Amino acid sequence: MPALLVICAVVFFPVLNAIAMSFQSYDLRRPSQIRFVGFANYIAVLHDGLFWQALLKTVIWVVAGVGFQFIFGFILALLLNRKFWGRGLFRSISLIPWVTPGVLIGLMWRWIYDGNYGVLNDLLMKLGLIDNYIPFLAQQSTAFPAVILTIIWQGIPFFALMLLAGLQSIPDELYDAADVDGANRIQRFFWIVVPSLRNTIFVTTLLRIIWVANSVDVIFNLTEGGPAYSTQTLSVYVFNKGNTLNLGYASTLAIFLTIGLSVVSIPYLKNLFKAQEEAK
Amino acid sequence: MELQSREAQKSFYKAPYKRKLLHALPGHILLAMMLIFLLFPFYWTFVTSIKQEKELYSSTVTYWPAKVTFDSYKKLFAEYNFIKPMINSLLVAVITTLLSLVVSLLAAYAFSRYRFKGRQFFMTLFLTNNMFPTVLLLIPLFAIMRKIGILYTPSSLILSYTTFTIPFSVWLLTGYLDDLPRSLEEAAMVDGANRFQAFIKIILPMLLPCVVATGAYIFMTSWNEYTFAVMFTNERNRTIPVALKNFIGQLGVEWGMLTAGGVITIIPVCIMFFFAQKRLVEGLTAGAVKG
Repeated sequence: MPALLVICAVVFFPVLNAIAMSFQSYDLRRPSQIRFVGFANYIAVLHDGLFWQALLKTVIWVVAGVGFQFIFGFILALLLNRKFWGRGLFRSISLIPWVTPGVLIGLMWRWIYDGNYGVLNDLLMKLGLIDNYIPFLAQQSTAFPAVILTIIWQGIPFFALMLLAGLQSIPDELYDAADVDGANRIQRFFWIVVPSLRNTIFVTTLLRIIWVANSVDVIFNLTEGGPAYSTQTLSVYVFNKGNTLNLGYASTLAIFLTIGLSVVSIPYLKNLFKAQEEAK
Repeated sequence: MELQSREAQKSFYKAPYKRKLLHALPGHILLAMMLIFLLFPFYWTFVTSIKQEKELYSSTVTYWPAKVTFDSYKKLFAEYNFIKPMINSLLVAVITTLLSLVVSLLAAYAFSRYRFKGRQFFMTLFLTNNMFPTVLLLIPLFAIMRKIGILYTPSSLILSYTTFTIPFSVWLLTGYLDDLPRSLEEAAMVDGANRFQAFIKIILPMLLPCVVATGAYIFMTSWNEYTFAVMFTNERNRTIPVALKNFIGQLGVEWGMLTAGGVITIIPVCIMFFFAQKRLVEGLTAGAVKG
């Protein structure tokens, strides 16, 4: 029990602190002016064009990022769920992106996307898809898709890992029963695989939505939110504001992000608990 | 008769082998394509790290270095003293892992073995703790560290990593502990051991693989973390991720050294992950199924 109290103190004190700071004009560049300002920060955020832009970017980032991660992760899980030689090895190595530091992911891809010496440009040229080198991260039209591609790459293994474990827990009898009933592969997928994995899918996508929405390091190391804020999601915006030491405003932004995430996750969690009750 | 049918069975399994392979072929090709997509960036990082500088910045892109050289690695350690951020990272990661494990184990034990008021509430809270954006914690922690005067020391990093690895570790460990029957400790306690002894002598050894997996998770998290590291450290105690980022200077990027540093960074996490993989996946999915 004391351990619990310590954890609560350590984990939740900062959260309360953040809420308190969001009501203050807390700017470390002007330490003499730190004081309570009520909802001033909140009003300022709502009038901040960059906030709305970042919010929109966050939605696109999460929907496209997690969506494609899920689709490709599921495909990879299904492919790895077959019996073939070297499966264990393939499974392990396909997970490496998941354990790679976000910074390194950002930097590795930055090098791949490079406008002068980048390998992606070279590959596309050789395939005859482009005529000139494209500075992917330097122009607004391509920067955001490029950043999203990177996060998809990072997230596929996690989905594959979780879904594969779920797939393997499906008892063979279920498949046999389906075979007896004359189900084809597609029917089998929708009537056995998907329902059996329901909980896994729920928890995995929820965790991923939260992680992707909160991730700073990948975007920051690819583009730092630029060019012209075209890749600045909310969490990157908070980070950039925090770096300028305007902590009050940054806290307010972070709280908006938290509220946004809660709106998404609470119905999710409710659904999950309901499913569990039913299972009992 | 029986023998014959067994022969028949054997040939039945043998004959369609080619057909089976043919049937699986599209899947194998798809799998190969996905693996190439997933692994190519690593290959590219490695190849970049063993190229000569002039080849790196030449107008033709080569897919294998014309001349393999380890100059980038040498320079990394000789000129940039990369060993220092490595030691810093190791220090932070090891202490965080130990600290976080001890606290989480105790908490998980409480969750698993005692039924107390608010238990469900706390479990949910720990799960949803993941929901708080790290940036939300970042800012108050920055202010707190500054106030108590440990900003720009390794302790500030250790403390903050502990705050966000504990909830998840508790969640994982509670799942593992729930799978161990209570009768184990009860038997030991009947034999005269107290609860603490029962925990140390009976539960801990059985839980060890799971503890190792959780530890690996914590280690990887703190080893890889960047956002906190960049704000809470300075020149003296920066960790590997920050050091890597610093290769991006005013005058462009030192890609040779950056990729060499990258290769060195991933190796330990990969090794740990391969060992911890099985248990970690079990823990994660058990949590996902049970909630």
